[in-house]
Amino acid sequence: MSGQVEDLLARGPDAVNVGVRDFAEALEAQEVPVVQVEWEPPPELDDDVAALLEELT
Amino acid sequence: MTTAPAVPSLKERIDSANEEALARLVAADPVLVDVAPASEVVEGLEDRMILHSGPPITWERMCGAQRGSVLGLVLFEGWAGTIEEAERLVASGAVTLEPNHHHHGVGPMAGTTSPSLPVWVVENEAFGNRAYCRPTDAAQQFGDYSDAALQGIREWRDLRAPAVRAALRQLGGLPLKPLLARALAMGDELHNRPNALSALVATALAPALVQAGVETEALVKTLLWLRYDEFLGLALSMAAAKAATEPAEGVEASTLVTTMARNGVEFGIRVSGLPGRWFTAPAPAVDGLYLPGFGPQDAGLDLGDSAITETVGWGGFVLAGAPGILALVGGTPEQATQVSRDMREITLGTSPDYRLPVFAFAGAPVGIDVRKVLKTGIRPTIDTAIAHRDPGHPKIGGGLVRAPLDCFARAFRAFGQEYAESA
Amino acid sequence: MTRARVLRGRYVDSVVLMRLARELASLDGVDDAAAMMGTDANKALLADGGFLDGPVEAGPNDLVVAVKGASGEALGRVEELLEAPAAAVGARTLAQAAALRPSANVAVISVPGAYAAAEARTALELGLHVFLFSSNVPLEQELELKQLAAARGLLCMGPDCGTALIAGKGLGFANAVRRGPVGVVGASGTGIQAVTALLDRFGAGVSHAIGCGSRDLSEAVAGATAFAGLEALAADAATSAIAVVSKPPAPAVAARIRAWAATAPKPVVLGFIGDRASPPTLAALARAAAGAAGAAVPDQEPPEELPHFDLAPSQRFLRGLYAGGTLAYEAQLVLREAGIPCSSNAPLRGERRLASVARSEGHTILDLGAEELTLGRPHPMIDARLRCARLLQEAEDPQVAVVLLDVVLGYGAARDPAGDLAGAIGEARALAARDGRELAVLAHVLGTERDPQGLRRQERTLRRAGAVLLTTSSAMVEAAISLATREPAAALVGSAR
Repeated sequence: MSGQVEDLLARGPDAVNVGVRDFAEALEAQEVPVVQVEWEPPPELDDDVAALLEELT
Repeated sequence: MTTAPAVPSLKERIDSANEEALARLVAADPVLVDVAPASEVVEGLEDRMILHSGPPITWERMCGAQRGSVLGLVLFEGWAGTIEEAERLVASGAVTLEPNHHHHGVGPMAGTTSPSLPVWVVENEAFGNRAYCRPTDAAQQFGDYSDAALQGIREWRDLRAPAVRAALRQLGGLPLKPLLARALAMGDELHNRPNALSALVATALAPALVQAGVETEALVKTLLWLRYDEFLGLALSMAAAKAATEPAEGVEASTLVTTMARNGVEFGIRVSGLPGRWFTAPAPAVDGLYLPGFGPQDAGLDLGDSAITETVGWGGFVLAGAPGILALVGGTPEQATQVSRDMREITLGTSPDYRLPVFAFAGAPVGIDVRKVLKTGIRPTIDTAIAHRDPGHPKIGGGLVRAPLDCFARAFRAFGQEYAESA
Repeated sequence: MTRARVLRGRYVDSVVLMRLARELASLDGVDDAAAMMGTDANKALLADGGFLDGPVEAGPNDLVVAVKGASGEALGRVEELLEAPAAAVGARTLAQAAALRPSANVAVISVPGAYAAAEARTALELGLHVFLFSSNVPLEQELELKQLAAARGLLCMGPDCGTALIAGKGLGFANAVRRGPVGVVGASGTGIQAVTALLDRFGAGVSHAIGCGSRDLSEAVAGATAFAGLEALAADAATSAIAVVSKPPAPAVAARIRAWAATAPKPVVLGFIGDRASPPTLAALARAAAGAAGAAVPDQEPPEELPHFDLAPSQRFLRGLYAGGTLAYEAQLVLREAGIPCSSNAPLRGERRLASVARSEGHTILDLGAEELTLGRPHPMIDARLRCARLLQEAEDPQVAVVLLDVVLGYGAARDPAGDLAGAIGEARALAARDGRELAVLAHVLGTERDPQGLRRQERTLRRAGAVLLTTSSAMVEAAISLATREPAAALVGSAR
């Protein structure tokens, strides 16, 4: 297995939670360190602007 | 035999154009050089012209506070004797209304500038260009045209501005970069919390006023004004910011934002690679706190050229360093820190000169990239005062507002039409 | 009308005062509110703003709070509002969070499916393993993610991965399971939960349980994460044996896993539940895995003694109301093995689909966590209302002899799943009793003593409500069959347990 997998299995999870807060709370209840991301969906753009953005970023 | 150099893609052109535009922006070296009647120093200011904040707008569409401010200056200039006369005069089209931004200038809130009104003049010594800003105040700029409100700018014109002019001559100009940097380290964000900057400017001007031989009555009044006006620094940070952005305008293929400005009806931005063009959307409502007796139902929409400070990485972009601002706009220190962190996601870089102790002296985020705003959905955050929706009132509150995404979407579409089709 | 209160000697920062005024103004019955220290200037401002009926006795170090409106009760809440902590704000983006916490090693992602892959890609590019709970992620995106993960040496658990246990810590919906020598690789959330909870109950324990996501063992995805998990557990010093739990994979994938298992350095028990070569139930799989790991395997219990039920002749059918999809699936396998036909909203291949999910027919196994029943509704593991309503509906049917309930504990599950069902269980039995019938309610608690809800406490609650508890999910189905058919359980397929 890779070094990163070995690290994960040895250390246990040290998490970043993106989405439903309940998962972060469940991790906190198990004393797993977790940073909550206040996720918001990306902005809704018109198709032409979205396509241009994809090309130029 | 050598092969021809590869033609850079549009994306590569944008990236290097942005590097150039950002470099120009952060190279700025603002110096306060003069205070003078607008007619003397503002290019293109004609006899019966009043300049205003935000993108171009007609009298018919102008918001209440900006109308009140225009009418106040009509009275101030003596073009009419009563408010009713003033209204008829402007409605007739006899007074030309143009944005400050079209004349190398800015103004806070209604931002109105007229020929006799003395304005602050800042020179960007890195490029030699000059910009102006009209003086801050808590009444006339919010649309209050009462006698008391006009008395304030009359005293500025007749007494305090000439005194400060003399002091500046005495000093040979006042370099602003060191003051701006120190003010940031002292808990200012240089927009709605410019208190330290104001104090530093006052301290610099005071001895010069005396040395310039300003006579006693004017001296005392000017010193007292310097002592008590916590917002005087805002005009200087705005003029410095305007002077910094102008050399960064017109860099081909750059998506750097060079202007953000509002007139209470529309929010407008301008982009370096699309010089002279405004991209507007309806001005947002401000989410904020109100003085007792006022509420959201009384408020006008987002107003002022002061978003020029956020355009160069101050104001809302450095909210984390100014916890004192929270008394105006509400929120917690954690939220303020989050705003500053978010702004870093939409800027091209950080300032080498303006650093935040609260971020272990990391530089303030600077150089808004239209692409990053659209990609992340994070809109520039601006902290701002709130004017009444109707003319005739002073300031009623303060809060936070975010630039409308539509401005950036429109600008980017235009950018595509300009550059992508010919690429 | 305006009311004012003075809090003597109570100095409060102006930032907090502004916030207090805003919160008071948002309360019912309050039109407007103001909160200021009692300086003369502030009192004048309050008076000008119409907040004071008359002069108020307050000095500069006293706090004056005033409200306009019908309700003066708001003033009573001032102390409570002043104490409330400010909302904590986390990071706005994954990148910010990773910068804030450089030691982070896994991103737990549960955003809507349309956006999930982009977040997962960002996580992998930042060097984080991914636990991707989100479902409705397009196949092409799953393939890209798993390729990227493999290239980076990272695990991509999911999409549609409900459970994982890493070094004893649960990700997603997971139980508090004792550590031990059995490693688990699973393509099903409740499957992993069931097997690990049983391993805990049997006294063996789990090293790690790696979730793969529901589509990992399809032909297209070819077990990308399953193989990564198998390799990891093969190399993991804490793991002595590996159990794989899933529905039967695509044949090509199953063959490759068998081939891998044949040459693996540790014993591997393949639990392709429903495949003849695999243990027939989750309990059998758990026993086999525990044995392979050298853990003492508890003796297979004789069929559990059921109390006598006064069933009417009309009561001939069993109705399974399941929250866990894999348990509903297992139930159907046990029924098929016993030659009992049943209908389901998630039938086995070739078996009968319910004409309408709203109405049971004959023997019925319902998966209440299936998509058609969870659109716009919380999952039954979190919210019992749909199950409670259905339980009463079944109780009204004179043909129903026995209802089966799985009760899932653990992190992410409801605070008190047994309590949420207890009322309905009692009501259902009372309803049947009024009609002259006894309704048998059987329950199996999937959980451990260390789970926040507590296994024994939950079992007690269900028992007190009138349910009969079975220690494994398959034992519950066998008991239900025996009640419905009036045949003793021992006469059923004994090896199915």
